[in-house]
Parts: sequence; C-alpha cells; structure tokens
Amino acid sequence: MDFASFLIQTLNSLQYGLLLFLVASGLTLVFGIMGIINLAHGSFYMIGAYLAFVLTSATGSLVLAVVLGIPLALAFGAFLEWALFSHLYKRDHLEQVLLTYGLILIFEQLRSLLVGDDVHGVAIPAFLDASIQLTEVMSYPVYRLAISVVCIVLAVALYYVIQRTRLGMMIRAGNDDRGMVEALGININMIYRVVFALGVALAALAGMLAAPISSVFPNMGSHVLIISFVIVVIGGIGSVWGALVAALIVGFADTFGKVLVPELSGIVVYVVMAVVLLWRPEGILKKG
Amino acid sequence: MNANASLIPKLVALAIVACVPLSGESFYIEIVGKVLVMAIFAMSLDLLVGFTGLVSFGHAAYFGIAAYAVAILSPEYEAASLWYVLPASVGLSALAAFVIGLFVLRTKGIYFIMVTLAFAQMAYFIFHDTPLGGGSDGKYLNNKPSASIFGWEPFDLTNEVHMFYFILAVLVLVYLFLARVLQSPFGRVLVGIKSNEHRMQSLGYLTFRYKLGAFTLAGALGGLAGFLYAVLFGFVTPELLSWHESGNVLLMVILGGMGNLAGAIAGAFAFEAMREIFADITKYWQLLMGGVIVAVVLFLPGGLAGVPGRIKRALQGGEAK
Repeated sequence: MDFASFLIQTLNSLQYGLLLFLVASGLTLVFGIMGIINLAHGSFYMIGAYLAFVLTSATGSLVLAVVLGIPLALAFGAFLEWALFSHLYKRDHLEQVLLTYGLILIFEQLRSLLVGDDVHGVAIPAFLDASIQLTEVMSYPVYRLAISVVCIVLAVALYYVIQRTRLGMMIRAGNDDRGMVEALGININMIYRVVFALGVALAALAGMLAAPISSVFPNMGSHVLIISFVIVVIGGIGSVWGALVAALIVGFADTFGKVLVPELSGIVVYVVMAVVLLWRPEGILKKG
Repeated sequence: MNANASLIPKLVALAIVACVPLSGESFYIEIVGKVLVMAIFAMSLDLLVGFTGLVSFGHAAYFGIAAYAVAILSPEYEAASLWYVLPASVGLSALAAFVIGLFVLRTKGIYFIMVTLAFAQMAYFIFHDTPLGGGSDGKYLNNKPSASIFGWEPFDLTNEVHMFYFILAVLVLVYLFLARVLQSPFGRVLVGIKSNEHRMQSLGYLTFRYKLGAFTLAGALGGLAGFLYAVLFGFVTPELLSWHESGNVLLMVILGGMGNLAGAIAGAFAFEAMREIFADITKYWQLLMGGVIVAVVLFLPGGLAGVPGRIKRALQGGEAK
C-alpha cells in the first residue's frame, strides 16, 4: 500500500468512524441515562436517509433538506418518547427489546408504503461536489471531508453541552442517580425527552449525511444498528467519549479490514469487540 | 405442580398434530413440520430466557451453524448417514455455544443482549462472506441423510410423512428431556440463578459454570432444530442466522409466556399462524405484526399465556364485589 492510498483509507476510516459516532452517541446516552435498549435506533438512521431523499427531491438541495429534516427528527423523537418509550422505563430489557423490534417492522413497512422499495441516489450539493487531487490517478472527494468536519464540529458541540452547560449537568446527574435528580426538583422526564429527541436527531442526521455516498435503500438501518451496538459495547454503556474512541476503532478496523483481508472483512469488527471484552468486560471507558 | 391436570390437554394437542399427515396435503405437512421445528427452537431458547434469566438475542446462530453443518458435511452426490451428521452438526452448535458462552457470560443485562447479538452477526458474516457458506444464496442439501443402519432402514427422511413424524418425535423427546433437566438439581440451580444470582453464589454455587452449561445445552438443542430445518427444506441461507430470526424466536418465547415449555411450543404456533394470517390479509403484514408486538408489550405483560389468568382474576375480582 503506497502512501496516497494509505492516506485515502485513513480519511475514509475517520469519516466512517465519525459518522458511526453520531448514531452510537445517541444510542449510548439512551442506554446510559434511561436504561433503555433501543433496537429501533437504526431505523432513525434509515428515516434520516429517506428524509434526505424526499426533501432533496422536493427542495432541490441537500443543505435545505438537512435544515428542514433536523427539526422534524427532533419532533419525531419527542413524540416517540412521549407515546411509547416513556412507558418502558420501569419494564425489563426483554420487553424493551420486543417493543423496539416491533417498531422496526412498522417503520420498514411504512417506508415501503410511503417511498417504495427502490434504491435511490441523493445528489451531493454542488458546492461540495469536487475532488482533491492527491496523485495523478488518485483523488479524494470533498464531500467526504465535509462529513468529517461536520461530525467533528458536532462532537465538540456535544462535549460542550454535556460538560459545560446546565442541561449537560442535569444529563450527567441523571446518568448517575435518577432518584437524587428528582429529589433536587429537576424534571427528569423532561431531560429524558430532550435526550431521546437528541439521539433520534443525531442518528437521522447521520443518515442524511450518508445518503449521497451510500445511497438510500431498504433495511439500511439494521447494519448500522448492529455496528452501533458493537461500538457501545466497546466504548462502555453511557460513555459518549467511549463511543467516540470505539467508533474510530471500528471505523479503522472495518475500512482497513476491507482492504487487507477482504474475505474476512465482515468479521474483523466483531473480533475487535471480542478482544476488548476479554480485556475489559465493561468497555474501554466505564460509565460515569 | 399440577402436572397431571395439564397432561390431558397436552396429549390431545399432540394427537391433533399427529393427525396432520392424514390430510395427505404436502403443503400442510410441510408447514406444520416447520412450526414443530420452530417450537423445538423456541423451547431451547426458553431454557435460557425463561428459566435461567439470560436474554440471548443471538440464538439463531446455533440454529444456523447446525443447519450449515449438515449441508457442508453431506457429500454432494449421495446421502450422508443420519447417525453421523446429526451428532456432528448438533455437536458443532454446542461447541460454538460453549466457546461464545465463555465470552458472553462475562457480561450481564443490556451488555449480554448486545454481545450475544454481535456474536451471532459474526457467525452470519462467516457463512455470508467466506467460501465456506456459498455466499448470500446459501447452499443446497441435495440428499437428505439416510437413517440406514447396516442396510436396515427404520425410516426414510425423503418421505414427507416419515420426516414429519421424525420431527414430532424429536419435539416430544426434547420436551421430556428439558422437563427432566428442569426437575434435576442442575435445573433447580438455573431457576435459582434467574431469581437471584448473588444468592446462589453465596450458597457456594459456581454460577458461571451452570450458566455455561445452560448456554451450551440451549445451543445444542437450537442446533438440533436447525438440523431438522435444513433436512426438511433441503437448503440453507445466511438469513437463518440473521438477527431477525433471533428476534422472531424470542417473540415466540414471549408470546408463550416465558419459563413455560408448553408455552414456547404454543408461542411458535401462534407466531407462525399470525404470520400466515397477516400475509393472507395484506402484503403489508409486517405492519400488523409490528402493531401486535407493540400492543402485546404495552398492554399484555406476561404474553398470551398470561391471558387466561388475567380473565380468571378479572372474573374473581368481579365476584368478590
């Protein structure tokens, strides 16, 4: 592998890992704070991608689609939390698994009813539709760099919100001890709703950003869901920074696995997970 | 335990199922045979979920490993001996469950659910991506295993009626075996682990070993179901190992009310019946299925098996007033 292709694969790994972080961060927060296992989280990624397709077709611009799509995803998340997930907090994990499994079936079928089962492409915004020439034959698309930049900005913003704001303080407190937070007079149910809506919006945004590179297709959420599970397990449940580290590890392992051992590429990520579990059964960074 | 009181309905149900081949309709024989296979699969998972309290979300892996094992171990142009491929494929599933169990049983709760899922995905990709499994198209089992022993052939699995009764016999044996296991000291410890693992540890039980035993046994029996599936249909695909299958079998266990072997069988029947009926009504059957699942969780904790009890309690409550 020469330097240029190594550079390309490194950038791809970063971009893939950061995109996965957007999905996994919401998943790990919902796990850590609300104690809910949400199989339908991958569906939010799928819904985001289809929103990008539908809204881009309607408005002619992916940027506009994202601007319109995020409030929709936030509202959708808040609604779901109010209608369904708020009833699950005191139930056991098995019932959470079941209910969210049922939701996947519903979301996929509704997608099929509303948009159909075809594979769709989404156009890259014109101002990002370019490539950077690395060597005479190899180049790197600007759009993928833009995804990485957006994800890094979001990761920093998330860090700021969680570590430096009053809301973040309440989220961290809710992560540690729900009863104490309530005793201090904070409306924990409101915190839950905000966190859940945020998680849905982040996953949907990841889907919107990925739509132009991966295209939009049925069941696209399920692969992302399982990889996000792996990330949450590796990073440690409830740890956003663990999720970031784990997402990057998975991004690199998957991308370089595909290049170096193509036949075993599907397995590499799970081997990494098994090794981490042997080393640290509760993930790299424990919650708290 | 009022085992005798509930024996009669079970025998009646068994007799009704045993009459299915009399219809002479291949369609019904095959579809009921499939449901019986899924019932064995559901019972094997119930040992983990319902009795030991281990929510495995990757049980399809062991089903699929044994199913692939038959297809891979059978020679291409002649029938393999049943007495070799059956123990070999079930043994491979048990071995896989033992090794994976060593990893996953180090974790608990949500971690356990996710890690079992992740290992099942790993098995899925092994059969999907490597030359071993024949890609996403799967593999054909051209010749069903032969049951002949030194030239004497007690039954013939290529005959659909023989196949049906073979599956039914395995189902009854698995049921009796699991019922016996659960009455044994080993089974008692598993139930103890479900209600309070720390207490069992304080009593001096090495709970990890018991859980590993249960996980391996459940994997082996899940493999037995997978073996029957492959022989019944004559082909295997990676989808047998997909997480949707793990979800479906979990659903069967829940529908039947966890920790109830006969319930697991009933759950398998209920699930497959729902799927057939919904698919008949509309091609958007998944929407109905998903709706039913969500409704069951929200309004019927305890599954279908809890419904008679709820009605009884409601009636008694009414009388008390």
